[in-house]
Amino acid sequence: MTEPKPVDSSRLTSPLRAAGADLRRRFTWQSTTEFFIRGTLFCCALLSVLTTLTIVGVLITESWAFFQTVSFVEFMTGTQWTPQFEDQHFGVLPLVFGTMQITLLSGMIGLPVGLLAAIYLSEYAAPMTRNIVKPVLELLAGIPTVVYGYFALRFLTPNVLKPVFQDWLGLHVDGFNALSGGIVVGIMIMPMVCSLSEDVLRAVPQSLREAGYALGATKFDVSVKIVVPSALSGIFASFLLALARGVGETMAVSIAAGQQPSLTLNPLNQIQTMTGFVINVMKGDVEVGSILEKSIYAVALLLFLMTLVMNMVSQVVLRRYREVYQ
Amino acid sequence: MNQTADAYRKELSRRRRLVVAFEWLCRCAAWGSLALLIFFLGAIGYEAWGWVSFDFLSRANHYEADKAGMMGGIWGSIWLVGLSTILSVPVGVGAAIYLEEYAKAGWLKRQIQLNISNLAGVPSVVYGILGFTVFVRCFGAFERPQEFVLSLGFIDLPFRLPFGAVVLSGAGTLTLLSLPTVIIAAQEALRAVPPTLRHASYALGATKWQTIWHQVLPAALPGILTGVILSMSRTLGETAPLAVLGVASQVTFAPGKIRGISDLATHPEKLVQAPFDKFTAMPLQVYTWIDDPDQQIQVHVAAAGIVVLLAFLILMNSVAILIRNRFQQKIRW
Repeated sequence: MTEPKPVDSSRLTSPLRAAGADLRRRFTWQSTTEFFIRGTLFCCALLSVLTTLTIVGVLITESWAFFQTVSFVEFMTGTQWTPQFEDQHFGVLPLVFGTMQITLLSGMIGLPVGLLAAIYLSEYAAPMTRNIVKPVLELLAGIPTVVYGYFALRFLTPNVLKPVFQDWLGLHVDGFNALSGGIVVGIMIMPMVCSLSEDVLRAVPQSLREAGYALGATKFDVSVKIVVPSALSGIFASFLLALARGVGETMAVSIAAGQQPSLTLNPLNQIQTMTGFVINVMKGDVEVGSILEKSIYAVALLLFLMTLVMNMVSQVVLRRYREVYQ
Repeated sequence: MNQTADAYRKELSRRRRLVVAFEWLCRCAAWGSLALLIFFLGAIGYEAWGWVSFDFLSRANHYEADKAGMMGGIWGSIWLVGLSTILSVPVGVGAAIYLEEYAKAGWLKRQIQLNISNLAGVPSVVYGILGFTVFVRCFGAFERPQEFVLSLGFIDLPFRLPFGAVVLSGAGTLTLLSLPTVIIAAQEALRAVPPTLRHASYALGATKWQTIWHQVLPAALPGILTGVILSMSRTLGETAPLAVLGVASQVTFAPGKIRGISDLATHPEKLVQAPFDKFTAMPLQVYTWIDDPDQQIQVHVAAAGIVVLLAFLILMNSVAILIRNRFQQKIRW
């Protein structure tokens, strides 16, 4: 809104002058209110920036204190993580390895299934079906992660993994294992992949599909060779977002995959992820100012940076994608 | 000539098979996940069968399996979600209004927007650590806990600094966690209001804020409400931040030690004291039960807790869906 032009009251006759003064008073009163409201709303928006700054500030100051005692190189390259033992070692690699293992396993399940479901919803399903299936899948995404943890620990491991791998294939399966955690995280991220990918698939212009059909392509050709490649960057972004969620996933993983940091490639063994370590330490009483407490902040900083990079990249890719088709 | 036709026919049938196979693959992926969801809920329901009762809902928790109860967790969660909604909705909607209605497209708006979408992707444990440092410890500004009494005139409000793992700390942490989702949902709702509505209001001489308050917000309300309820249901299920805050799971009373409506009539001050009281929450109780060495508790009581938690979630989600459907039919731009 543009400011009203001030009325030159000296040139007006008295009733009009009074009206002009009244108008001016009203406008100043209103514009002050408007100004204050605008300021308050701006502060609300600024709170999110403040939150980020506090997160970064807290993590960096405490990690800085941690790196005064433990060298950065040891932290990043050490292969032993035993902060809760007498003989303390702070090599974060086992935790990173555990996290990667869970993320990889969940990606192997959640990404292809999610993408296929998205192709089904966007290319094959009737609108009616889509309107039912999509909200229900989002419900699947809304189930608290402790519930997935329960499912993995009390159902998946004893009733599926043990019979298949231990009794049938003769491999030892730990009561806590990375595979059960990876599977449930995969189930968890699948709706997210599906929902986001479906959005980008549907954004592919209809004319591209029609051009394909006009050239004699089948539905398979159109879906796989035209629609998916056109939406590839968007799909990639949705994959990254989902994987970032897998990296940050806490409860299901800490319940199902165990609490023993180890550098293992065997998904049937017990591991510990970065998030699992944080929960494990914090649910007990931590001594204030101890090196153990500070190590949590260092791990959290690493976790924060990993997810931040993945989120940033996917956002940049998604924005590019939207620009292409608008 | 015949040979080409033959090859062509072969190719055609290969392509047909491919089309059918791929369609079924996609179909299985979508419907299989739904079947998995039903199986998943069925398995939990099976384990919980016979364990969810009125007693289970109204009883304080106990270490013995057949005396375990969720009363503390249910009230704790209600306080937690209620308080964090009260805190996050005005701020979240305010931020959304600023970004959608006031902010000019440019560097600042882009940065805030990017920041919000990044915050939405920050793992919940990290929020837990933030809440632990800011609310539970108050940045370590106090050597040891100090008792304060805030006199409100009619009642005294005793509280402790640093706060420790009280309802307010939990609600504050969950507010920060849910803000990005509330902002994004509110922004989408505001964006869906057609600009013609705003122009009509300006044409009648309304100021910007009058337009927003009397025209834009009411029109966007169903969308905002749906987003808020969905974010509330996510808040209800959050476990990791609470576990990081050090929220106890063995609390056997409701926040403020409120024992019922009649109790509130005689001791209304308990309502104000509740935010500064210790608490536990439903998902946290479930987590502790899963970890319990007692076989009965780790399988059956935990499953019963999950059923109660999911019942609350389904209730909230259906309210959200109801609101969406009801208003979608009414308003057609």
